[in-house]
Amino acid sequence: MVAMFDGYVSSGPAYDEMFDGDRLRPPYARLRTSLDTMTTPELVSRVEALQKGYLDQGVTFDIGGEERAFPLDILPRVIEMDTWTTIEKGVQQRVRALELFLADVYDAGQVFDDGVIPRGVITTSSHYHRAAAHVRPPNGVRVHVSGIDLIRDNAGEFRVLEDNVRVPSGVSYVMTNRRAISAALPETIAEHRIRPVAGYPQRLLQALRAAAPAGVTDPTVVVLTPGVFNGAYFEHALLARTMGVELVEGRDLVCRRGRLMMRTTKGLEPVHVVYRRIDDEFLDPVHFRADSVLGVPGLIDAARAGNVTLANAVGNGVADDKLVYTYMPDIIRYYLDEEPVLRNVDTWRMGDAEARAEVLDRLDELVLKPVDGSGGKGIVIGPHATRAELDGLRTKVLADPRAWIAQPVVQLSTVPTFVDGSLGPRHVDLRPFAVNDGSRVWVLPGGLTRVALAEGELIVNSSRGGGSKDTWVLAGPTQVELQEAAEEPVTEPVAAAAEVPEVPESPVAPVAPPVHHAPEMPVGPVLADLHAQAEQQQQGGGPC
Amino acid sequence: MLSRIAESMFWIGRYVERAEDTARILDVQTQLVLEDATVDEDATCRSLLSIMGVEHVEGRADLPLVLDALCYDPASSISIASALAAAREGARRARETLSVPMWEALNTTYRAIPSGQFQAMRAPAIFQWVRERAALVNGTADATTVRDEGWHFLMLGRCVERADMTSRLVASAALAGAGQPWTPTLRASGAYEAFLRAYRGMETERASAEFLLLDRLFPRSVVFALNRAEQCLENVESSQRAGFQNDAQRLLGRMRAELEYRSLSDLMDDLPHQMERVQTTCALATEAVTRRYFAGSEALAWQGVQG
Repeated sequence: MVAMFDGYVSSGPAYDEMFDGDRLRPPYARLRTSLDTMTTPELVSRVEALQKGYLDQGVTFDIGGEERAFPLDILPRVIEMDTWTTIEKGVQQRVRALELFLADVYDAGQVFDDGVIPRGVITTSSHYHRAAAHVRPPNGVRVHVSGIDLIRDNAGEFRVLEDNVRVPSGVSYVMTNRRAISAALPETIAEHRIRPVAGYPQRLLQALRAAAPAGVTDPTVVVLTPGVFNGAYFEHALLARTMGVELVEGRDLVCRRGRLMMRTTKGLEPVHVVYRRIDDEFLDPVHFRADSVLGVPGLIDAARAGNVTLANAVGNGVADDKLVYTYMPDIIRYYLDEEPVLRNVDTWRMGDAEARAEVLDRLDELVLKPVDGSGGKGIVIGPHATRAELDGLRTKVLADPRAWIAQPVVQLSTVPTFVDGSLGPRHVDLRPFAVNDGSRVWVLPGGLTRVALAEGELIVNSSRGGGSKDTWVLAGPTQVELQEAAEEPVTEPVAAAAEVPEVPESPVAPVAPPVHHAPEMPVGPVLADLHAQAEQQQQGGGPC
Repeated sequence: MLSRIAESMFWIGRYVERAEDTARILDVQTQLVLEDATVDEDATCRSLLSIMGVEHVEGRADLPLVLDALCYDPASSISIASALAAAREGARRARETLSVPMWEALNTTYRAIPSGQFQAMRAPAIFQWVRERAALVNGTADATTVRDEGWHFLMLGRCVERADMTSRLVASAALAGAGQPWTPTLRASGAYEAFLRAYRGMETERASAEFLLLDRLFPRSVVFALNRAEQCLENVESSQRAGFQNDAQRLLGRMRAELEYRSLSDLMDDLPHQMERVQTTCALATEAVTRRYFAGSEALAWQGVQG
């Protein structure tokens, strides 16, 4: 019998999180012992059960109109408590700074006057919305939910790759991955003490309720989704269900006299807090894109009047702009008077002439990122690019330098991943999720580990065929966390056994019947006929 | 409850029932055609399609064509495949309100279509499978759904569809003319033994029709289904001192009363036409329910600027 990890080679410059050369790193010791007794065929059968389970439960996302199960690798990623504590502190610090920065940018703009960041960086950002200026959210929170993307560099240090404070997604997979892995590797889970993730929806609901407009004691919270064609629809439905609130589309809502209402079978009912999973541009055709069929006319005015809270706030995009990212260390020092706990990845601004000259000389060894891109779009990895691509890039950078930043090629860390019947190193990142309820920033222990399934691939986004891993944050020896109630267990349906029904006695030959006209069978609201909506709903590509 | 969700629930109820009842009707008709070489296949298939609302058939109608149109073809709006897909699509849109087991029952049923399992099943085994899946969905719903508004709309959809489809089943039996179409029709309703007990073995066309149309205790009869549909509407309406505010309630109640108070001979003399009236009533009642409870769920008030 061949043990599973025999022959695993973590080659290359990347930091492998399980093996240091051929030495096992401590967090994985127990995992290895537990899995080494399992044969590869046994693992394969568990992997198959895992995939079937996701299809049956509908843990899927639409990509170009096709529904796919989100790939989940059977091997978890393990993070030790101390490492996690640093990540948690760093994420909290970052969210606090981002909140102060946003409040300042949309109010007095002290940060510009004090020369920390040029005013132009913000005012030229396409995510700067005057509709958000001088609006103070009820409890001061603008970043109710954030996803701060981290990578682990060649030295094993966690660094911030980007901030997502608009509509970060992927948290649903953190919850479903944990349940799926609990079912696939029950013995292994039982041998570890892992901090639970099932409490997320309650934390989110609490934060949303805390953000209700002044004077509303029992707010009605809804989740606003672009609709079923959106890549993250599964997540929207899961969050609504686990929070016990309505999942609404724009067409379910209407503004009346500056208040937001939803259409129910009993007439219009008020809504106080909207956890919106729609980008700013689509929220309100009166203020933003007039052709949007996903939003609600009048929503922004209702929010500005303080009658409804939008989470996350409108205009947050100025803070997770990749150009602002380059100023984040200074922003943290300026507002908090602290050194950043988590460092940025080294970055050059192409708007800066000196940096630009240096970068243009070394295009073939650097990564260039469009400031506005998301989901890995538009990124050019120098060492993998052709001469023609680099020349095209050079032209683009010179035409609009502000639109680009450059970074060294950071080898994302690797974790053993089960692909095509054997284990190999695959690159991963980490997106911890933080919820701000106004009194504290809570960080979900773990977060989403995304993994690039192709060997050597550095882009982990789901829209580029990336998958995910369950992320285990080990609880310390003194920490006792109550295992929060999991959702009801999922039972496997039993396939129906076909039986041949009894044959009745042979009937006498019937005479040819007269042809008759019955009414047509009525059909429900035509589901496929929402093309404009389908198209807009797909904004953003993959789920995370 | 959101209008859009109520509407989804109503149609989930309808589509699941439609898939099941279509399977029941096909089960009877395929047996009739297959077991008797003297049956005019073309004519029987045409009349069956016409009962399901298909008027035009190019060329010769035969069993494979019927099975395609009414069972396998996902592109045919009256096929079992498209009913199952539509039920699941509705469920996907109302996912946060359905119980997890119910969603999974609907989802795994649908999964048989893209996985090719559905296409691979042959008649009559496939009809058995559809009935069992419908039973699984209905039983799961029954066991895990809170009896709130959503439940009443789900039941309303199921009952309206059942009244409509049982009337089509009865019409298809009446069309078969001579012979004994009623035995397989009763079997298709899963009611044959109950019927024999109720009528002490006196199997006649009249008795069979009466049982399927008017029996107050048999859950698949038209009157039973109309009655249940009325109750569902009562549950979502606040009670009235007099009359009915609700068009759907009026329509369904009047139809039920007509069926119950007319002499059976009258009904039997003109069975296909009477059955059409049931179907028309169900369609009008659906429109009335849509206007009253689901209105505005799809109409977009905002006319956006193109460009």
